[in-house]
Amino acid sequence: MGKTLAEKVWDAHVVRRGTDGAPDLLYIDLHLVHEVTSPQAFEGLRLAGRPVRRPDLTIATEDHNTPTLDIDLPIADPTSRTQIQTLRNNAAEFGIRIHSLGDADQGIVHQVGPQLGLTQPGLTVVCGDSHTSTHGAFGALAFGIGTSEVEHVLATQTLPLAPFKTMAITVDGELPKGSTSKDIILAIIAKIGTGGGQGYVLEYRGEAIRALSMEARMTICNMSIEAGARAGMIAPDETTFDYLKGRPHAPEGAAWDEAVEYWRSLHTDEDAVFDAEVVLEAADLEPFVTWGTNPGQGLPLSGNVPVPAEIGDDNERIAAERALEYMGLTPGMPLREVKVDTVFIGSCTNGRIEDLRSVAKLFRGRTKHPDVRVLVVPSSARVRLQAEAEGLDQIFLDFGAEWRNAGCSMCLGMNPDQLKPGERAASTSNRNFEGRQGKGGRTHLVSPLVAAATAIRGTLSSVADLGDVEAPDGSPLEPATV
Amino acid sequence: MEKFTQHTGVGVPLRRSNVDTDQIIPAVYLKRVTRTGFEDALFAAWRGDPHFVLNQDAYRAGSVLVAGPDFGTGSSREHAVWALKDYGFRAVLASRFADIFRGNSGKQGLLAAQVAQDDIELIWKILESYPGTEVTVDLEARTAHCQDVTVPFQVDDYTRWRLLEGLDDIGLTMQHDAEISEFEQTRATWRPTTLPAKHLPPVEIVSARPVHADDALG
Repeated sequence: MGKTLAEKVWDAHVVRRGTDGAPDLLYIDLHLVHEVTSPQAFEGLRLAGRPVRRPDLTIATEDHNTPTLDIDLPIADPTSRTQIQTLRNNAAEFGIRIHSLGDADQGIVHQVGPQLGLTQPGLTVVCGDSHTSTHGAFGALAFGIGTSEVEHVLATQTLPLAPFKTMAITVDGELPKGSTSKDIILAIIAKIGTGGGQGYVLEYRGEAIRALSMEARMTICNMSIEAGARAGMIAPDETTFDYLKGRPHAPEGAAWDEAVEYWRSLHTDEDAVFDAEVVLEAADLEPFVTWGTNPGQGLPLSGNVPVPAEIGDDNERIAAERALEYMGLTPGMPLREVKVDTVFIGSCTNGRIEDLRSVAKLFRGRTKHPDVRVLVVPSSARVRLQAEAEGLDQIFLDFGAEWRNAGCSMCLGMNPDQLKPGERAASTSNRNFEGRQGKGGRTHLVSPLVAAATAIRGTLSSVADLGDVEAPDGSPLEPATV
Repeated sequence: MEKFTQHTGVGVPLRRSNVDTDQIIPAVYLKRVTRTGFEDALFAAWRGDPHFVLNQDAYRAGSVLVAGPDFGTGSSREHAVWALKDYGFRAVLASRFADIFRGNSGKQGLLAAQVAQDDIELIWKILESYPGTEVTVDLEARTAHCQDVTVPFQVDDYTRWRLLEGLDDIGLTMQHDAEISEFEQTRATWRPTTLPAKHLPPVEIVSARPVHADDALG
């Protein structure tokens, strides 16, 4: 019997097969490290007198805690400052490469790996961050780990792991205009639920997935964890190779050819069998938005806020009631009438250059709704530089948005970028949990296009809601026709 | 790691599904660089509510948490497990756990016991009708016991063995050091390494500045 993509990558990394119910010992090709989940792991090494086994397969950057303003000044919050300084000290002590705030390669860890060309097909990639699933877009087996496992990988470059089950998620057909890969993944999570992927590696397949750019594929794999899955993968193809070619750590010359030949073998065999299969039609996917406090509580933007009394399942009804109370929403109200205070464009889900370009296209020639604060935070310093080289920063500023330095920022509010209690955000990030973006803050997860349209209109909106077609100077606006 | 065979303690009914790790410990508490002292951070947003279960005297000293399905979803933060342990919890019972949370629990000696939802409902009723009732969790027998109710739970064999023996994963793996070295010899030379570092040319990064007065705070 043939193998799935996930099984091929798994099998190529088994150092030792587990027997009698013991897990396999898997070799790890790339370990990404950041300031929040690593200090206790390094401390564990120090206490045990253990070195880092492979500093040359490890890379660190600062992202979760970093400010997005005044990055050349000392970090104001002393605990954030200590945590970042601790990472710098640990990197120096254990000989690990680090990209610190102010360095052109600093940024969200899941952007740094791909942009340096370190994330490649067929690798095992881990990081003490659940959104490590992002790297699966390259056909890598990539998953988030806890701090004990971070210490384990630092010490041994391996992890004991029980095999995952495999689930195929096939998205057929073509996405309608105005819908994006974010809408695909939000629809998948709403369909299978936040626990639907537990124990599985998801493999995204089908015509709609093949048509996506590398960055759009990263958005989908990024949120696999929001469906409960450890990892999400997409088989590598020409799109993947084109993205990688010429990046600093991509293979060169004869090594490139050898690598590509191997990468082409990384696809699910015709006769392989998945443990579960899900099929979606891309043509049905409207822009999606979450109404509740977990990423599975989402609906097409054209819908209404659910009425809990109509939900049969006790647990789901109670969860919906609680979510609506927290979110301050009236059952049955149209989602398009929900007013927002803040629009956040950024994160490891949607803070890449293509996201910024798609937003800038809608912002150009328009100004923000007067009641809305708009934050644009690039996923890395390189992305910021690229956006500035293309003049996108000026479009954001003319629109009335704030243009920040790179980091996780308001996605999880560990730095000063937070919602105030009761404030409501349309956010291109990945989690709408209670208090995620600031205590008492309310989050609606959306695509960059919905975020941009919402920033223009002040209520949850899609591109189709933008009626105006001309800028004040008479030049045509995006979209030219709706 | 401390051995875990059996534990008896006050059961705490947490009638919520999808208790994510941001609820177990909000991100603002993750800035600490120590591995202990997270008890104040546990369920921080809910602890301010006098009706919250841990604010009721009968449950305050609880050590067995009985929660709704999909406990521990979201972020990989092991701090969620540390906070539960620092507060005094030794076991969590739920019908479904997020994978990373379950893994982290096993590394830290917190038992994540998977119990059928119907059985969770039974235990909830007892704990709510008789606040302060103790629950006994028996890892050898894989059962949870509360008044006259005994229910089975699932935990994978390997995690159970490690918990019963109190074994440390890194020590176990280090026994296979020769096999790891052997595997490393077979790694294709074109596979990437982070060192020596390769970069695009260095460029100066200009800092963004606050446009609102309150942005500079924090």
